[in-house]
Amino acid sequence: MTATVTRDPAAPPATPRRRVVVSGPARAAIGFASGALLLFALAPSALSDFRLSLLAKYLCLAMVAVGIGLAWGRGGLLTLGQGVFFGLGGYAMAMHMKLADAGPGELPDFMALYGQLDALPWWWRPFASPWFALPATVLLPMLVAFLLGSLVFRRRVRGAYFAILSQALAAALVIFLIGQQGTTGGTNGLTDFQGFFGYDLDDPVNQRMVYFIVAGGLLLLLALARQLMHSRYGELLVAVRDGEERVRFLGHNPATVKLVAYVVAAGMAGLAGALFVPAVGIINPALIGVVPSIEFVVGVAVGGRAVLLGPVLGAVAVAWARTSLSEEFPAAWTYLQGLLFVLVVAFLPGGLASLPALARRLRRTPRQEVGT
Amino acid sequence: MTGLEIRGLRVSFDGFVAVDGVDLTVAPGDIRFLIGPNGAGKTTLVDAVTGLVKATGSVRFGDHELLGRPVHRIARLGVGRTFQTSSVFEGLTVLQNLDIAAGAGRGAWTMARRRRTVPVAVSEALETIGLAGRQDALAGTLAHGHKQWLEIGMLLVQNVDLLLLDEPVAGMSHEERDATGALLAAISAARTVVVIEHDMDFMRSFARTVTVLHAGRVLSEGTVAQVQADPRVQEVYLGTGGVA
Amino acid sequence: MTVLVGQLFTGVSIGAVLLLIALGLSLTFGQMGVINMAHGEFIMAGAYTVYVLQGAISSAGISLFVALPVAFLVAGALGALLEYLLIRRLYARPLDTLLVTWGVSLILQQLARDIFGAPNVQTRAPDWLTGNVPLFGDLTLSTNRLFILALAILAVVGLTLVLRLTPLGRRIRAVVQNRDLAAVSGIPTGRVDRLTFFIGSGLAGVAGVALTLLGPIGPTMGTNLIIDAFLVVVVGGIGTLKGGVIVAFVLGTLQSLVEYTTTLSVAKVVVFVAIVGFLQWRPQGLFTLRTRSLA
Repeated sequence: MTATVTRDPAAPPATPRRRVVVSGPARAAIGFASGALLLFALAPSALSDFRLSLLAKYLCLAMVAVGIGLAWGRGGLLTLGQGVFFGLGGYAMAMHMKLADAGPGELPDFMALYGQLDALPWWWRPFASPWFALPATVLLPMLVAFLLGSLVFRRRVRGAYFAILSQALAAALVIFLIGQQGTTGGTNGLTDFQGFFGYDLDDPVNQRMVYFIVAGGLLLLLALARQLMHSRYGELLVAVRDGEERVRFLGHNPATVKLVAYVVAAGMAGLAGALFVPAVGIINPALIGVVPSIEFVVGVAVGGRAVLLGPVLGAVAVAWARTSLSEEFPAAWTYLQGLLFVLVVAFLPGGLASLPALARRLRRTPRQEVGT
Repeated sequence: MTGLEIRGLRVSFDGFVAVDGVDLTVAPGDIRFLIGPNGAGKTTLVDAVTGLVKATGSVRFGDHELLGRPVHRIARLGVGRTFQTSSVFEGLTVLQNLDIAAGAGRGAWTMARRRRTVPVAVSEALETIGLAGRQDALAGTLAHGHKQWLEIGMLLVQNVDLLLLDEPVAGMSHEERDATGALLAAISAARTVVVIEHDMDFMRSFARTVTVLHAGRVLSEGTVAQVQADPRVQEVYLGTGGVA
Repeated sequence: MTVLVGQLFTGVSIGAVLLLIALGLSLTFGQMGVINMAHGEFIMAGAYTVYVLQGAISSAGISLFVALPVAFLVAGALGALLEYLLIRRLYARPLDTLLVTWGVSLILQQLARDIFGAPNVQTRAPDWLTGNVPLFGDLTLSTNRLFILALAILAVVGLTLVLRLTPLGRRIRAVVQNRDLAAVSGIPTGRVDRLTFFIGSGLAGVAGVALTLLGPIGPTMGTNLIIDAFLVVVVGGIGTLKGGVIVAFVLGTLQSLVEYTTTLSVAKVVVFVAIVGFLQWRPQGLFTLRTRSLA
C-alpha cells in the first residue's frame, strides 16, 4: 500500500493553505483571466463548429460537476441524483423553447403528434413566458433540493442513506417522465428545437453564441463555487463533513449548512441542464437518470473532488474520452471507464488533481510501488 | 454567570436505566467534579444536559429549560462541552477551528465572505492556550495535549457560561496536566465548570465541590474532604484504589 | 373485493421479488455497511447461470433446481473475489466503495454483453411453473409467483437459521456489533467479512434464478432492481433481517395498490414520497441496532 491509499480521501488538497490565503485573489484573477482567454478566444478560433458545439456540451456537464465538487468534495454529501436537477432545468428550458416554437395558443409538435391532448396541460402554461421559464430553470431544482434536503438532513439521514435516497429520486423521476408520454415526450424527451429566443438554432453563428453563453455560465459558477469554498461558510462546510456532531456542539446547525451546499449544487445543475438544451438540442430521460447521475460523479472523482478545478477537468476529460472512444470501440470504452473509475477511486482518491503533488512527493522519495 | 439545576433526570436506553433520577445543583461560578466508577452515568448525564440523548425530568440553565431543545440551540444558550476523545477538525487549521467555534449565530452575509481579519476573541484565545505561533498548522498535526488545549480554546471563543469537560486530562503528561489545570483555573474565573475526571490528584487540586455518582444515582456530594470521608464512597471505590 | 385481494397478492409477489433481492443486500449493506452497486450484476450472473445450464440440461425443471445452488456458488464466488480484491481495502470509506463497485458493475455488464450478446435472452420455465392456481371465485395465482414467494420465505428462514444457530452466524453478528472487540476476541474478522460477502452475493444469484421465471434476462437487468432493494434495506433498518422482510412486503403492496388506482410511473413517485415521509418518523429505519457511539 502506498501513502496515497491510506490518506484521507476527503482531506484538502496538498497545496499548503497559507500560500492560497496570501496570494489567493491575485492567483484567482490570473486563473480566471487565462480560463476566459482559453474559452472565449483560443477554443473558438482553434475548433471547428462541430468541435465547438461538442465542447459546449462538455462544459454543461462540467457545470454540474462544479456543484458536485462543492456538495460532495467539500461537504461530503454524495449526491447520486444530480441528474434530477439537471433534468428539471433542462425540461423547464425545453418546455419554453417548444412553446416558443409552436407559437401562441398552439400545442407543441409532439403533443399534436401523440394526439392525446386538445389543450395545453395547466402546468405547461407558465413556461410560455420567458420571465417564468428562465428563473424556473434554476429555482425549480433548488426548490426540489430544498424540500428533499430539509426533510432528510433535519432527521440526520446521511452518508450512504442520503446517497441511496438521492439515487432513488432520480430513478423515480425517470419512470415518471417516461410514463407521462403525452405531456413530457416520454422516452423521446423533448427535441427538434428551431429557435432560441428568436434566434435560429440551425445557424452556426447562433450555435457559437450558445457556446459563449455556456462558457460564461461555467466561469460564473466557478467564481461562485470559489467564493463559497474560501468563505467562512466553506470552512464550516468542511467542518461539518469531518465532524458533524462536533459542529452541533459549537452552536451551528449542520442541517442548514448541508442544505445550502445541496441547494446551490442543485441550482448549478439546473442551469447546466437549461444551457444543455440549446447547446445539444435534446433533453430526455436517458440523459438524467440513474446512470448519467452516477457518471456526473465519476467525472468529479476522476478529476479530483476537493479542489475547485478538479471536477471541471474530470468532467470534460471523461466526456471527451467517451465521445472519441465510444463510437469506435464501444466495448473497450466501457471496460476502460469501469477500470479507470475503480482504480482512481480506490487508489487515487484525490483524483487526477492530486497527481502533481503525488509526483512531487515521489520525486523526493523515489519508490517503485505506484504503478497506476 | 449562570448555574445549572438538574431535577429528577432520567435517561434509559432500551430499558437500561443509565441515569436514574439525579438531582444536582451547580452554583454559578462553581467548579464541580463528577466522579464515580465506570458506568455510573457521568457521561450520560452530560449527554443529556447537552441534548445528545433524550431524557426526562428537568435541566434548568438560568431561565431556560434545556431538555427537549436541539443540541445546537443548547450550545447557543452558552453551554459548551468537550469529549473523551479529542474532536477537533483535523482537516482545518488551528485558526479555522477557533473561528468556527466563535461563529455560532453569524449572519448569512458574514458567512458568505472570506475571513479578512482574526477576530479579537480568537487571537486572545490563541494566546491563552499557547498556540499563537501555530495558528496555520492543521489541527490534525498537533500533539495530543495541544489538541485538548485547542478544544478548550474553542470553548473559550464559543463564549459559554457553562463548561462541561469530559476527562480533560486523560492521556496527558504531568506537565501538560498542570498546564491544563492552570488553564481551567483561569477559565473558571468567569464561568461555571463541570468536570468528569478519574484522576484523583487532579480533582484534589482543582475541585471546589464534588458529586459522586453510582449506578445512575447521586451517592454523595460536598467538598473534596467531605466526600472522601463518606463511608459509602469508600465502599464503592473499594478495590479500585480508593479515593483517599 | 376480489380486485383488492388480487392487488394484495400482486403486492405480496412484488414484495417477494424485492425481498429476495434485498436479502443479500441486508447482509452486505445491512450487516457490513458496504454499498455494493455490483450486487445487481450478481443477480444477472445468477440469471445467466440458468441460461447456460439450460444449454447443457434439456429439462427445464432439472436445470432450474441445478441452477439454484450453482448460481449461489457463482455469484457468491464473484462477491468473495470482489471483497478480497477491492472492498476490504475500503471499509473505512463506505461512499467510495459505492463508486468503486459501480465501476465493477460496468465491467461485469460489458462482460455479459461480450459473452451472451447485448439483446435480452429468454430462458424456458418448467411446465409446472407456467400455469395458474385457482384461489377462490375467479381469482387465480400464477405458479411462478407462488414459487418465488416460497423461495423467498425459504431463503429468509435459511438465513435466519444460519445467523442464529451456526458458529459462523454468531461470528457475523459479533463482527457487526463490535468489530474491534470481535477481533481481539480471536475472531478472524477478515475471513468473516469474506464469508458474509459470499453468502450475501450468493443470495443475489438465487434471486437471479428466480427472475428468469418472470421474463427475459439481459446484461443491464440488475441496475434498476437494486435501487428498490437498497431502499428496502434503508427503510428496514441496518443490522436486522426482520425490518427488511416487513418493508419488502409493505412496499410491494403499496406499489401494487397505488399502481392499480393510478399508473406505474405515479406509483414510483408515491412510494418515494412515502419513504421520505417514513424516514421523518424513523430516520434509522424500522428496526435498529442501538449503539451508544457518538456517530
